[in-house]
Amino acid sequence: MSAATSNEAFTQFLLRMGDNTLILGHRVSEWCGHSPVLEEDIALANTALDLIGQTQMWLGLAGEIEGKGQTADNLAFLRDVWDFRNLLLVEMPNGDFGQTLMRQFLFDAWHSIQLGRLMSSSDERVAAIAEKTSKEVAYHLERSADTVVGLGDGTEESHARMQDALDYLWPYVGEMFQSDAVDAEMVAKGIAPDPASLREEYDALVGRILATATLTIPDTAFGHKGGRTGAMHTEHLGHLLTQMQWLQRAYPGSEW
Amino acid sequence: MYAQMVQSEATKDDPEKLAAFQARIDRDEKIEPKDWMPEGYRKTLIRQIGQHAHSEIVGQLPEGNWITRAPTLERKAILLAKVQDEAGHGLYLYCATETLGVSRDELTEMLLDGRMKYSSIFNYPTLNWADIGAVGWLVDGAAIINQVPLQRTSFGPYSRAMIRVCKEESFHARQGFDAIRKMAEGTPEQKKMAQNAVDRLWFPALMMFGPSDKDSTHSAQSMAWKIKMNTNDELRQKFVDQTVPQIEFLGLDLPDDGIKWNEERGHYDYSDPDWSEFFDVIKGNGPCNVDRLAARNKAWKDGAWVRDGLLAHARKKAAAKVAAE
Repeated sequence: MSAATSNEAFTQFLLRMGDNTLILGHRVSEWCGHSPVLEEDIALANTALDLIGQTQMWLGLAGEIEGKGQTADNLAFLRDVWDFRNLLLVEMPNGDFGQTLMRQFLFDAWHSIQLGRLMSSSDERVAAIAEKTSKEVAYHLERSADTVVGLGDGTEESHARMQDALDYLWPYVGEMFQSDAVDAEMVAKGIAPDPASLREEYDALVGRILATATLTIPDTAFGHKGGRTGAMHTEHLGHLLTQMQWLQRAYPGSEW
Repeated sequence: MYAQMVQSEATKDDPEKLAAFQARIDRDEKIEPKDWMPEGYRKTLIRQIGQHAHSEIVGQLPEGNWITRAPTLERKAILLAKVQDEAGHGLYLYCATETLGVSRDELTEMLLDGRMKYSSIFNYPTLNWADIGAVGWLVDGAAIINQVPLQRTSFGPYSRAMIRVCKEESFHARQGFDAIRKMAEGTPEQKKMAQNAVDRLWFPALMMFGPSDKDSTHSAQSMAWKIKMNTNDELRQKFVDQTVPQIEFLGLDLPDDGIKWNEERGHYDYSDPDWSEFFDVIKGNGPCNVDRLAARNKAWKDGAWVRDGLLAHARKKAAAKVAAE
């Protein structure tokens, strides 16, 4: 395989990591000042801040590997919907607080396992980012899991809302474990694990927490897809970008 | 900052106890929550610290208005960190107020139904990205001028909270100045945004210090108790003197034709804000009062099931633990 092709796959992989944290960080930041209790305002801002910081690392490296002089900011603010490589799950709207925390938990569980594997990546830059961010993500997971349990096993209303959130979001979980040529190349080079190899650990972790939360995983193997390949995002992403990218698009070439 | 027009409570306590209390304050001793204190001192502090806490919470809204539109990842991260700090300030100010015998939920209810106020500044909108710089630089700058002396205030928990808050606020002011400097040095459109922000926020920032001393009737008791350390006009003058050279450094036009260096006084002269506008805002008629309170009420109401759910779970866990023992 030529060096050019290799860099292309590596870049795609890094965009997948960075776009997940960028889009989820944006979604979480939408809560600012509107959460149910002050401690949650602090925790949500903190989570969003971590995710945006992680985005700077992943997209910064993506620009470097791509070798076309793109900065992390260029990649975040000047690409269109079809260029984004995030999971569909993270672009789903916030909904109520329960839906936001369920989305966070379903993502955190995958994210923590993925980062754990990436810590032994053959690429030391990837390993270093994974090492640094895994500490933050361990905390995200602890917090989102605790909240899912607390609300799932809380009142009748909170239980019903959490079950609704799980039913709505579960069809977006399967995409995390799908593989394509990019993944095959990452596996071959020892840069990243085969996504499918994370499923068993994920199911065990998520199954245990959801059972404690007295929630029932929907009985369906169906999964939406198209985010991590860019083939077909949801309608939600475009609206998110119109807001996120507005200043950069309206006043191109300015420094901020 | 963010406590304005806090009315001191009259106090009807035993004169001997009052004299001993005043003597402690005059010796610069700190009053701690379990110490005896006049009822008026307690009530005034609840009003003042509570108003300050509410300001931190409502203050998330005008800044949150731009988090999702921040133009770079770094600016977004800085703004998130700042808003997170503000919520943290709110948290420890509520804790300081709780030591005076009022719960956070009670204070929240009083904010939501309008019995308690927050700073007038947060009833103004943030309309362009330079406003975020201006809020950090001017609004947090004004807050610092108000809060630095409050580090020496007589009530221990408030004084300690102010020491912590001031450290973070100076970072906020610096990042705000840096953000607006970038705009002032940028493209003509960016410079226009910066000028627009300064022109719009200058007088509301001056109003943060409260009415002119000649109209501020509640200061004497608070100053004797060292709850208030300087008069409104002293602090406002300090802010003007500090900020005018910064506006000039940025190459922006001064937002008030009345600003002139007065050699004799050794201070800048400046025009008074429109105090009738200030009193309108305080009464609920500012540009954003209705929206701000509606947003806080909606957050509280929409979040009720979350608070109830988490509380129910905590009780179940506690009950299970007791049953197991």
